[in-house]
Amino acid sequence: MKKVLAKCYIWLLLAMLYAPLLFIAVFSFTESRVMGSWAGFSLKLYQNLFSGNVSGGTALLSAVENTILIALIAAAFSMVLGTVAAIGIYNLKGRARRTMQFLNNIPMINPDIITGVSLFLLFVFLRFSQGYVTVVLAHITFCTPYVVLSVMPKLSQMNPNIYEAALDLGATPAQALWKVLVPELRPGMISGFMMAFTMSLDDFAVTFFTRGTIGLDTLSTYIYADARKGGLTPELRPLMTLIFLVVLVLLIIINIRATRSKKATE
Amino acid sequence: MTKDYIIDIQHLSKSFGDVKVLDDINFYVRQGEFITLLGPSGCGKTTLLRQIAGFVNPDEGRILLDGKDISGIPPHKRPLNTVFQRYALFPHLDVFDNVAFGLKLQKLPSKEIEARVKKMLKMVSMTDYEDRSVDSLSGGQQQRVAIARALVNYPKVLLLDEPLAALDLKMRKDMQLELKEIHRKMGITFIYVTHDQEEALTLSDTIVVMNEGRIQQIGTPTEIYNEPVNSFVADFIGESTILNGTMIRDRRVEFMGHEFDCVDEGFGENVPVDVVVRPEDVIITGSPEGAQFSGVVESCIFKGVHYEMFVDTDKGYELMVQDYDSFEPGTTVGLSINPDDIQVMRKERTCNVLEAEVTGEGLINMLGCEWECRVPEQFKQGDKVLAEVDFGKVDLLDNREDGKLGGEVHFLLYKGDHYHLTILTDDGDHLWVDTDDIWDKGDLVGIDILPEDIKIKSRND
Repeated sequence: MKKVLAKCYIWLLLAMLYAPLLFIAVFSFTESRVMGSWAGFSLKLYQNLFSGNVSGGTALLSAVENTILIALIAAAFSMVLGTVAAIGIYNLKGRARRTMQFLNNIPMINPDIITGVSLFLLFVFLRFSQGYVTVVLAHITFCTPYVVLSVMPKLSQMNPNIYEAALDLGATPAQALWKVLVPELRPGMISGFMMAFTMSLDDFAVTFFTRGTIGLDTLSTYIYADARKGGLTPELRPLMTLIFLVVLVLLIIINIRATRSKKATE
Repeated sequence: MTKDYIIDIQHLSKSFGDVKVLDDINFYVRQGEFITLLGPSGCGKTTLLRQIAGFVNPDEGRILLDGKDISGIPPHKRPLNTVFQRYALFPHLDVFDNVAFGLKLQKLPSKEIEARVKKMLKMVSMTDYEDRSVDSLSGGQQQRVAIARALVNYPKVLLLDEPLAALDLKMRKDMQLELKEIHRKMGITFIYVTHDQEEALTLSDTIVVMNEGRIQQIGTPTEIYNEPVNSFVADFIGESTILNGTMIRDRRVEFMGHEFDCVDEGFGENVPVDVVVRPEDVIITGSPEGAQFSGVVESCIFKGVHYEMFVDTDKGYELMVQDYDSFEPGTTVGLSINPDDIQVMRKERTCNVLEAEVTGEGLINMLGCEWECRVPEQFKQGDKVLAEVDFGKVDLLDNREDGKLGGEVHFLLYKGDHYHLTILTDDGDHLWVDTDDIWDKGDLVGIDILPEDIKIKSRND
C-alpha cells in the first residue's frame, strides 16, 4: 500500500511538471487559432513556421533569430571570460579564493529582475544607448558565473603540475594555455557554454530592461507583447515545442558528459 | 673555476611571507653528476628545485648554468627539464604525443621526432605503449613516460622532484636501478629531490642534506653516512644512536660512562661533543670478558637480514645494536666499538643562548615575555643582554596554558638516556630542551624556566 502511494505521488508530481509542456506539444499539431480547442490533426503550423508564413509577420521570426544570436554571442563570450576567471580564482589562495567563489555565486541567486533594473540604471548612468549591444553585455554579465561554476571542478580535478610541465617542456605561457589547459578544461567549458546558452535563451527580465526603445525583441519579450495584444500567435506552439526539444537534447548531452567525466576520474 | 660546474648556486635565499624557506644556499653540480637534495618535508628542497627550473624566483642569490646567470629567464627558455612528483602527464594526449610534446614545440621534422620518441620509449621500456592513453597506464608506467618526456629534449640537466614517492616499495626499488642505468647511458646531469635517505644513498654521486632551509652537509653517500657533521644528519641518515660525550684529548673520547679510543683530533681537551654510533658498528659478544663495556639485552627483533637489539648498558644508557647473531632478552653481553667506528661531532650548541633585555630590577624580557631572574648589578634597565639557560633547566608542562609561553615539539632526538628536543615557541623562536619525559613530535607544551636557572651575560662576551 505504501509503495502504491509513493508511486502515485511521484507520477502526480511528474504529471504536474510536464502537463503544460505536453499540452503545448499536443496542440502544436492542430490548426485551431485558440489554444485548447482541437480542430483535427495538422502540420499546418509547422509548415507556416518553416515557410515564414506566420500570422505575426516577420516579427516572430526575427525575434527567434535575435534570441539565438544573442544567446550564441553571450554564451561564447561568457565561456572565454568565465574560463579565464575560473583559472584566476583557482590560483588564488585560502581566503581570497573563498571570497571570490562567494562573489561569483551571488549574481546567480540574485533575482533576474534586480539584475535587469540595476543594469538598466547602469547603462543609463553611463549614457550607453540601449539596444542590441546592451542586451548582449547584460547576458554576458549574468551568464559568466555559470561558466565559472562549471569550469572550477575541472580545474580541481586537474593535476596542478601540468601547466608547469608544459612550460618546462618549452611551451610559452600562451602555448601552455592553448595546448594543455584548454584541452583539459574543454568539457567544463562546453558544459558552461551550454548552460550560458540556455540561461540566455530563457531570459526575460534582464532583456526587457536593457533592450531600450529601438524595438528589439527576443522571443520572450515578443511573446510578452503578443500575449498582451490578445491571444498568442498559434505558430508559437510548434516553436515552443521545438525549443523544448532542443533544450532537452542539450540537457541530455550535458548529463551524459557529466557521468562520463565522472567515470573517467573514478 | 665555475666553468667546470654545470650548475652553480650562490647565496640563494627565499622567503614565503615571514617564513625563510631557503637561507643562503651554496653548492655546485658537476657535469654528468647525480646529485640528490635530501631532507625532511618542508626543508626547502622542492623550492630549491623549482627555483632551478624557473617556477620560483629567488629573493637573493644567483643560479649559474654553464657559468651564465639564469635567474631572470622564464622556465620555457631554460634548457632544463623536470620530472614531476605526480607525473603531470597530459591526459588528453597519448603516450607518443606526451613524449613528443617538447620536440613538436621545437618544430623539428616529424621524422626526427618519431625517431627520438621511439628511441626514448625504448630506453624506458615502454615501446609498445605509444598509442595508449596515459590514464590507462599504471603509476610506474606513467613515471616512465614522464621520464622519457623530459629526457627526449636532451636537457642539460634533468630535475626530478620525488619521482618515485607515489610508487610502492617493490616498484620503487626497480625504478631506482633503472634511473641509475638511464643516468649512466645518457650522461645527463641529474638533480634529484627526495626525503628517502635510503634512495639518496643508493642513487647519488653526491648528497646535499638540507634542514629548515639550510644545507647541513654536502658529501658522497659514504661520507654522509660515516661522517655526519651534526646530530641532525646522523639522525636523518640511517639508524644511529647519538650520545652526549666529552672529548678528553685527541683520539680519546668519553661517552656512556666509558672512555674510548677514537680517530678524531683537533677538538681540544675536555670539550663536550656529540658522538654517533651506528647500530651495525657495535660488536656484541656473549660474555663481557674482553669487551669494552657490558650490557643486558632488553629486546631483540628479527629484521630479515639481521637482528635488531636494544641493550641497557652498565651505566644506564640504551644502545641500538644490529648483528647477524641474536641474543635472548635478559642475556648479559659484552660490547665494544672500534675506534674508527666512533664518529665525533662538534656540538652546535651546549646551552640555550637567548637575546634578552633588562626591563627592571630582577626582570628581563626574552622570548616575547617577562621573566624573573638574578640580574647582575652592572646591567641597568634597557640594557641588551644574553640569557643562558641549560638544556636540562627548561621545564615542559602538559598544558600550554600552565607555562609562561607555549610551544610545539618540533624535533626530537634520543640520546641514549634522555631526549633532546627542539621546541618551536609560539613566536617562532627555537629552544632546546633535555628531558627524561617522552614527548611526540607536534605535541603542544607549556614552557617555564625558574629564575635561578637563567644566567645573564653581556652581549659583548
